[in-house]
Amino acid sequence: MHPLLAGQPGEKRLLLGNEAIVRGALEAGVAVATQYPGTPSSEIGDRFYQISRETDLYFEYSTNEKVALEVAAGAAASGLRVLCAMKHVGVNVAADTLMTLAYSGVRGGLVLVSADDPSLFSSQNEQDNRYYAKLSGLPMLEPASPQEAKELTSYAFQLSEELALPVILRTTTRINHSRGVVVLGELKPRVRQGHFAKNPFRYVMVPAVARQAHSILLDQQAKAAAVAETCGLNTVQGRGPWGIVSSGVSAAYVTDAIADLGIGDRVSLLKLGFTHPLPVGLIRDFLSSVEKVLVVEELEPYLEESVRAIAAGLQQPPPIQGKGPRLFSRLFEYHPGLVRQVVATYFGVPYTPPTPLDPAALLGRPLPERPPNLCPGCSHRATYYAVKIALRDLGVEGIFPTDIGCYTLGLLPPLSMADYLLCMGSSVSTAAGIAMATDQKVIAFIGDSTFFHSGIPGLIDAVHNRHNFLLIILDNGTTAMTGHQPHPGVTPPPPGYGGQTIDIFQVVQALGVEQVKLVNPLQYRLTLAAIKEAVAADGVRVIISRSPCVLYLQRLGQKKRAKTFVVGPECRDCRHCLDYFGCPALQPPLEGEGPLTIDETLCNACGFCLQLCEKKAIRAKSTKGS
Amino acid sequence: MTKTEDLQLRIYCTGVGGQGTLLATRLLGEAAMAAGYPVQVAETHGMAQRGGVVESTVVLGSLASPIISLGEADILLGFEILETFRSLNRCHARSLVITNTGVNVPYTVAIGQSTYPPVAQMLDLLKAHTGRLFALDANTLAQQAGSALAVNMVLLGALISSGRVPFSVETFTEIIATRTPKAHLEANLRAFHLGREAAAALA
Repeated sequence: MHPLLAGQPGEKRLLLGNEAIVRGALEAGVAVATQYPGTPSSEIGDRFYQISRETDLYFEYSTNEKVALEVAAGAAASGLRVLCAMKHVGVNVAADTLMTLAYSGVRGGLVLVSADDPSLFSSQNEQDNRYYAKLSGLPMLEPASPQEAKELTSYAFQLSEELALPVILRTTTRINHSRGVVVLGELKPRVRQGHFAKNPFRYVMVPAVARQAHSILLDQQAKAAAVAETCGLNTVQGRGPWGIVSSGVSAAYVTDAIADLGIGDRVSLLKLGFTHPLPVGLIRDFLSSVEKVLVVEELEPYLEESVRAIAAGLQQPPPIQGKGPRLFSRLFEYHPGLVRQVVATYFGVPYTPPTPLDPAALLGRPLPERPPNLCPGCSHRATYYAVKIALRDLGVEGIFPTDIGCYTLGLLPPLSMADYLLCMGSSVSTAAGIAMATDQKVIAFIGDSTFFHSGIPGLIDAVHNRHNFLLIILDNGTTAMTGHQPHPGVTPPPPGYGGQTIDIFQVVQALGVEQVKLVNPLQYRLTLAAIKEAVAADGVRVIISRSPCVLYLQRLGQKKRAKTFVVGPECRDCRHCLDYFGCPALQPPLEGEGPLTIDETLCNACGFCLQLCEKKAIRAKSTKGS
Repeated sequence: MTKTEDLQLRIYCTGVGGQGTLLATRLLGEAAMAAGYPVQVAETHGMAQRGGVVESTVVLGSLASPIISLGEADILLGFEILETFRSLNRCHARSLVITNTGVNVPYTVAIGQSTYPPVAQMLDLLKAHTGRLFALDANTLAQQAGSALAVNMVLLGALISSGRVPFSVETFTEIIATRTPKAHLEANLRAFHLGREAAAALA
């Protein structure tokens, strides 16, 4: 039995925030879950996928976030309880749906998890999705720990059905990817059979219906505001004259800062878990009870702006600060030491922060960086190499719009194969724009999962409007970056996976692309020839570079390391493989010159370096017994 | 949570993607929970894991924050010597540092962008600026135990034998036995005990 389905009420588990969200949904009787994977939300879908294999819970990895939310909306309109999870920028993709779903509302509870990523650990921006709650008018809850993540998820379903509105559960990386002790509650049975009761004057958002629906949304918002006042998720701790307002993981940092500084008797902490609509009355009372206020929240001054607006209605508002010089930044995530220091500064508490050691200064020079890198044996590196050599041989400079996935790591030297990136799917249409505006050779890269997610409309546009670029689809059969989730073109499918596989080659042909070729990037000569031909041609050209992700195959148990490779004395330190290919398993001597070595613990035996070595110095070495 | 003593312990783990740092912090979290301590664990997932630095934290006792600021780690558990040294900025003058002396060459060094600092110099600096240093060749000990992947178990063994974490060897072996794959269990336990012995010999 899946661990999240086991366990008696009252039992304690060390759960990842994302697992706690899944458990909370199960305790609320969730029947359907949908997701397009994206860090830091991915484990939510992965756990639901595992659970769906052994229960009647329905889960799907949807093609993109808009699709995920629409499948969820349909199921919720049919009366089922549904959870839909995505990373913060995924909500942008789903935003068109979300804004009008707020008008039509739901029957079964619908919880939208928006996993924000302050500090951009694995994202292209650090937008603050709390504004989506304000923009859409929907209720929003923000947990401050894995335990709260479970409780608030469960409660969100109840709230969603009480208000007949989707509820946004807004988390940040530090909640999604923290483990904490979580006390289990009772699992509620699922209602898996829904019924769609026709009601077009609620569900068909033509202007006449939507005008009424908007008005209903405002009524429901007023009800939500009343719930926020009394629901118990917004609490005041302490009775001191110094006011602190906080929510999410920042509230944990504040709690520690108060204890560390020993100022518990002087502080009142308003900790907010229900953050849209805000509890205006509660905040007004709080502001009236304190002398000065510090607002502690990562990213934008979402709470601060509202607290200031509420204070403006008071006769003697206390001074309120949050973002500003010597206070908090709108950039990046916070940490305990930072919050402790700002609290001490703002309230005038004597405090000397630690002076951290500086390893580079002690060493007398900078430390070598260790940025993330494509894995040894990654087929994307082989494709990039072939493109580099093709352009070198043709004497052409390429402009490389790229996209979101492992292959974005091709940005770094020695590959340096990325020039322009905005968001999922942007490689295709930005390539069209650059090619149209210039006379440069444009070669765009997109992964297979990203192609299905949002690359297809751009390619249709390119064919229809007769654009001129080469698109290379890096098809490794899986959504590798986020943990090998299946996508519509999944190859090979995980054992027992029920989804129908859609072949990218056929899709591209069906879109009207006349110049399309399929290559295996680990066959270097054939790939190089195909790329040279495509680079030299005009019009919309597509190369599908297909070779399964080596980590994915290992995970499926399908990759047996048949060979190891050795570097012979012919290696003359020409560094071609390091300068153009840069596989982490190829290692030069730490000092001086001499032949490279291949680190057998890293090598994944793709055999590509053997093909690219111009000195023919790399050879396969049979393993014992073969 | 049942423990009433006022324990606060911040453990910072660092290593290279694939070295098993996340399993190590999860096991520490499980051991802390089994021993009745409040505990928070923070992990790195996603893009950063691809051959980059993977940092994770275990915070025990009466603390709500899952992460550790610069200069505030009581224990630094380093899976690769350069990464241990890079995280010296997490340490204070009384920190315990337990590090693998094994080297994993970053590709910025491989392609000649920079050079790898001398291991002996990094160890000297770690020793000079922290409370206590346990340096052991965890790669070799893991291989001796029968699995090159058991570096994390070697380091956990060394950590338990340091006496700075409030769990018994029995609690921890039980956690390893119930939370790691059966196929690797023997090698994991051997690696754990080799790490304990190596650290005991250094103490």
